Amino acid sequence: MTTAEKYVTAAYLVFLGIVLLYVVIYAGKVARLERDVTEAVERVPESRP
Amino acid sequence: MTELVAIARPRLRVRTRWGPPAAAVLAAASSITVLAGSALAFYWVPSEADQGFSQRIFYLHVPIALTSYACFGAGAWKGFRLVQRGELRHDLESYTAVHIGVIFGVLTLVTGSIWARVSWGIWWSWGEDQLVLYLVVFLFYCTYFMLRFSIDAGVRRARVCAVYAMFGAVLVPVSFLAIRLAPRYIHPVVFTTHGAQMARSMLLVFGVMFAGLLGLGASLYRTELAGRRIDHALRTLRSEA
Repeated sequence: MTTAEKYVTAAYLVFLGIVLLYVVIYAGKVARLERDVTEAVERVPESRP
Repeated sequence: MTELVAIARPRLRVRTRWGPPAAAVLAAASSITVLAGSALAFYWVPSEADQGFSQRIFYLHVPIALTSYACFGAGAWKGFRLVQRGELRHDLESYTAVHIGVIFGVLTLVTGSIWARVSWGIWWSWGEDQLVLYLVVFLFYCTYFMLRFSIDAGVRRARVCAVYAMFGAVLVPVSFLAIRLAPRYIHPVVFTTHGAQMARSMLLVFGVMFAGLLGLGASLYRTELAGRRIDHALRTLRSEA
């Protein structure tokens, strides 16, 4: 593998890595939202008159 | 549950106008397009005569940069709509577009630095107008978040952020045109007034990657916006409880 090939591969892998990192972070946020929605739905009947 | 739906529904237009199946199709299609474009860039397109193999970063770097400009432009447009119509839903849309634009901005700077290292032997050049002006645009939109989180949520914050996003859009054409107006530069210019200065096969791969990355950007925007709307609806519910 030449130096140029290594750098080009690195650029594409960095792109993939950052996008995957975003997806992982966002998956965590979605999981938190899911918990919050479940919690909110459970609370609604209790707060009704 | 009725209250949750009643509060959330107006903010969850994404479910009716742009439902999960459409978003999933866009995400899958754009991912496949980017993967196909990358494969073409590595194995099919000929090497450029001047830069050789390293020029293949162009097919990733330039579409990412253009997608970040599109996101910043979308953020400014949504900000303009908020100022024009006073509809607060545009605030979350503008915020999300700027956020995705900054992510693509990070990708632009990283891939650009790698390309500079292999082509010029340096990671960064402060003497290059194109690079510095892109960094200015990027930092301008990074400070958008500092501004946003320094003001209490509400109409005032939405309006201030909208105006800020609109100001940033002025920098985008300046950054884009800098390389064409600069008297001295080493940054390559591919798109000139005479058209694209590259072979058809190169233009095809560029087009595939640009379409894929624009789709990826739109997909991330839609997904993140849906999450932010649910989060916003939940916060409203809690404050009203």
